Amino acid sequence: ARALTPQTAETDAIRFLVGTQSLRYDNQIHIIDFDDENNIINKNVLLHQVGEIWHISTSPADKGVLATCYNKTSDTKVMTCAAVWRMPKELESGSHESPDDSSSNTQTLELLCHLDNTAHGNMACVMWEPMGDGKKIISLADNNILLWDLQESSAKAVLSSSAALEGKGQLKFTSGRWSPHHNCTQIATANDTNVRGWDTRSMRQIYCIENAHGQLVRDLDFNPNKQYYLASCGDDCKVKFWDTRNVTEPVKTLEEHSHWVWNVRYNHSHDQLILTGSSDSRVILSNMVSISSEPFGHMVDDDELSDQEDQHQEEKIKEPLQDSVIATYEEHEDSVYAVEWSSADPWLFASLSYDGRLVINRVPRALKYHILL
Amino acid sequence: MAAVTAGSGAGSGSAGSPEAAGGTTGGSGWRRPHGPLQRYYGPSTAEAAEAAPDPTDINGPHFDPEAFMTKVRSECPLGQLLAREAALGREIRALDSDMQTLLYENYNKFISATDTIRKMKVDFRHMEAEMDDLAANMAAISASSARVSAALQDRHRRGAQLAGVQALLRKLQALVEVPGRLRCWAGTEPARALRCHARARAVLRHYRHLPSFRAIEDESHAIMADLAQRLRTRLRCETLDPKELTECVEMLLQLEEPAEELSEEFLSQAGARLEAELAALEAELPAADPSGTATTPPPPASDILDFVDRGSSAFVGTLCQLAGSYRTLFGEDTGRLEPFASALATRYFALLERRLALERGLGDTSLLVRALDRFHRRLRSLLELLPAGADAAAALMARAARERVDRYLRALQTFFLGCLGDVRQALAAPRPPGKEGPGLPDLLATLAASVLGQLKAVLAYVQLFTARDVAFASLPYFKGEFCVTAVREGLVVAFVRWLCHTARGFADGPAERGAPAAPPALLLLLARLCLDYENSTISYILTLTDEQFPPQDSGPAVTPGPALCAEARAAAQRLLDHYVQVQGAAVAQMLRKSVETRDWLGTVEPRNVRAVMKRVVEDITAIDVQVGQLFEEGVRRAQSSDSSRRAFSVYSSSRAPGRYAPSYTPSAPMDTHLLSNIQKLFSERIDIFSPVEFNKVSVLTGIIKISLKTLLECVRLRTLGRFGLQQVQVDGHYLQLYLWRFASDERVVQGLLDEVAASAAHRCLDPVPMEHSVVELICERG
Repeated sequence: ARALTPQTAETDAIRFLVGTQSLRYDNQIHIIDFDDENNIINKNVLLHQVGEIWHISTSPADKGVLATCYNKTSDTKVMTCAAVWRMPKELESGSHESPDDSSSNTQTLELLCHLDNTAHGNMACVMWEPMGDGKKIISLADNNILLWDLQESSAKAVLSSSAALEGKGQLKFTSGRWSPHHNCTQIATANDTNVRGWDTRSMRQIYCIENAHGQLVRDLDFNPNKQYYLASCGDDCKVKFWDTRNVTEPVKTLEEHSHWVWNVRYNHSHDQLILTGSSDSRVILSNMVSISSEPFGHMVDDDELSDQEDQHQEEKIKEPLQDSVIATYEEHEDSVYAVEWSSADPWLFASLSYDGRLVINRVPRALKYHILL
Repeated sequence: MAAVTAGSGAGSGSAGSPEAAGGTTGGSGWRRPHGPLQRYYGPSTAEAAEAAPDPTDINGPHFDPEAFMTKVRSECPLGQLLAREAALGREIRALDSDMQTLLYENYNKFISATDTIRKMKVDFRHMEAEMDDLAANMAAISASSARVSAALQDRHRRGAQLAGVQALLRKLQALVEVPGRLRCWAGTEPARALRCHARARAVLRHYRHLPSFRAIEDESHAIMADLAQRLRTRLRCETLDPKELTECVEMLLQLEEPAEELSEEFLSQAGARLEAELAALEAELPAADPSGTATTPPPPASDILDFVDRGSSAFVGTLCQLAGSYRTLFGEDTGRLEPFASALATRYFALLERRLALERGLGDTSLLVRALDRFHRRLRSLLELLPAGADAAAALMARAARERVDRYLRALQTFFLGCLGDVRQALAAPRPPGKEGPGLPDLLATLAASVLGQLKAVLAYVQLFTARDVAFASLPYFKGEFCVTAVREGLVVAFVRWLCHTARGFADGPAERGAPAAPPALLLLLARLCLDYENSTISYILTLTDEQFPPQDSGPAVTPGPALCAEARAAAQRLLDHYVQVQGAAVAQMLRKSVETRDWLGTVEPRNVRAVMKRVVEDITAIDVQVGQLFEEGVRRAQSSDSSRRAFSVYSSSRAPGRYAPSYTPSAPMDTHLLSNIQKLFSERIDIFSPVEFNKVSVLTGIIKISLKTLLECVRLRTLGRFGLQQVQVDGHYLQLYLWRFASDERVVQGLLDEVAASAAHRCLDPVPMEHSVVELICERG
């Protein structure tokens, strides 16, 4: 399994969606609920019969809407398509069935619309407009960037504009991210060893980081709190941090993994926390204080903590944290292809490996308090 | 005769031992006939001691006839008595005849002695009368002498008086002449005039109450004042050489001019002179560059030795001379001299420093050392006068030496880069077909040898600074700090560090952002070089350095050898890792492209091993050869006896469904991979881009791991048809056949290939594996 996403629109419950990959059996989308208080995992299964899921993403506005990229295989051809789906109402906000029952009532996704890609090639991923109302999505198909408008409550997808990457050889986008800054007018894409930035209004390239990595770039993420800052990872085992205003040199480079890094994710609220997943079967949580939006020693107020705790913690002498690896998680036995932060709890994350194991972890408590206080 | 006696004694038949003893005694007496006479006149002490008081010895001094007789009578038999009597009679006769002979021999002498005595008696009577005559004559002579002297006494007294008056008059004459003489000498020989005046002055002062003397004194004073004036004028004149200057001031001092004022005057004159010399030196330097940045100045006209030579002989010499004369003139009070001299010395140092700064390039170190040495020697005399300057001078030399060492460091670095450039060129040079280029070991040896040689040469140059015959080498700085800080730390350690750093730079910096990447062979070469440094060269260099520049016990802390070694090792490790990554990436890239561009669904049944796999094996073989040139074989883990049995066991039909075709019950999707997970729990985790060891096997294992992991990940991204799977199967078997011998642990290759096969089966729409025998057949054919 490779596809993992948090339920973006859900802000209360910790919920992840996992898509399966199987060539010979019906594929499924598993909705994983994690009950933080009782430490219980609940699971609901939705059938996704059209093919194996390579990428999954959820609408930021509607809990029930998601998009998948899936492989359609015929005897001689494999085609990756994308579609927007709606899950059954009762599962939208999570049900509390016991896991034992789940086998009996598998339900099917309701197809909202296909993103027609017959003219554009294989879909690599689908991105929702981060702050939007769930009407705009962008998909990457081979060397095309396609911007879709979802109309009639997502029942119809209209291609509003597109851009193609021209160049010699077979160019293919591997991944992309939609920047939450600049009024959501920028996206970044990765193809081969390059990272490119695009303006969604004109669909023109605005910057290009040539040879961002020594080998293929696998994933990107924007710093959610700091404009222009971008993280990328790739087959050279490195994670690099860029200021897109200066594309010649990375701001910082991490070299902790011993194989390709497939995924990099900024924490949504504390952008010094960086999560990376790699095919060396490890997930690494790093603390990049020096390039985060938080200045050293600055206190972030968090109302969730009681006053008593506040006082207790304030007595501690705080020293600025250094850039460091916080933890290396080695629970996986096979390559980790996806890591994601929970959209509801900023201290929680999930990682998914090839063998289908999903692991949910928390940021270490000591560090959490250190950041909060 | 004695023999006859003895013979007769023996012939008598009854000869006992006492008889024999007596015979012997008699024998000795007969052999020396003058013995008894001699003894009579004065026996020598030896003989006296020898003669024991034996009353029976007839020849002894203590002879007692009574005792002898008694003894003989009581002891001897009659026959013997008779014989003895006869013998004694014979002896007595012989003695008598001896005495007669002596008397006759000496008779004439007695006669002549008597005659002489008689004649002497007559002569002495004559002489007595003549002596009386002489005494009378002497008395007469003394009486007449007394008369003469009494008559002359009065005249002599008068003569002496006259001589005294004459001397006084002459002195007065001299005094009167003083002014005139002074006047005539003042112009030409001021020193003589001064001496003259000094002699006259005391007398004049003593008799100044007499008007005439006063006039003379005044006049001479006036002349002296005039002279002083003239001397002062001369003093101010520019062209005086230091000796004249000293003379001039000395004379003025004798004229009792105020010393204070004079010393000032002296110093200002000396200053002017020294300034002129400094200016002359400065003129040789190119104009000082106020901004310090402009174009490089033209090379100085004269070399540094010449410059220092001139500087020391002219400036330092003069300064010493002047300071010396100041001391003799104005005493030990140097309160004014010191600041004056130190100001000038500082300026001189500044000039010299500027000149030294012009010594760019490496030029001739021995020349520089000699120049500094000369400077130091000349300066020593000055420093006795001016202790404060010593530090400045030492610092100056230290700086110059340090500067030179830094230059050498830079030259070494340039040299090393040059060598590297050569090596790169040699590696990159297109090889004419059929002709092998220089092998890596040769290149490595050349590089290492030339760098080491250069380093040694530099050390030899630098050693000039501490050579025994160089005077300043004994300064504490050059003995201790220079050796340790400048040479050991600043040159040797810095160079090794730099070398490691540069080598690392090839691994860390490069390529990444488009810069021309170092060729992998160069990385390998440098890794080996760093490793060699770690193993032996560093310790060798440090030992060499410590030998040539023995460190002081109390000197500053030095970088220990092991720290450097560790650095070199880290660099070597980094380089080798990078080499593995670069080579691995190259192979991996090939594999990735081959997997990505192929249509795995529509492929036909495999007939052959794909060309790219052959290429991979070829490349890895080439890498094996390349690494083998420089690194040892390394340890291989024991190989399992039959690898064929395990090969592709995952395809065995009994296990495949259980593992790759799980029953997809929604309740337990995790179980599907339980088997593989359990299997993995027992196998070691494989770190793909992990550090390698310094041997061939480890390096190749690293490269193979990277390649195979790439293959695995790429296969997982594809969807395969039945023949696609079979092709992967064939390729995998082929790789396994040829790669296991490169890897340190066959199981690593095996494990990764198993995973590739498993993933391929998983990604296959119609997983029907090929018969193992067919796979083997195809591979063997390929």
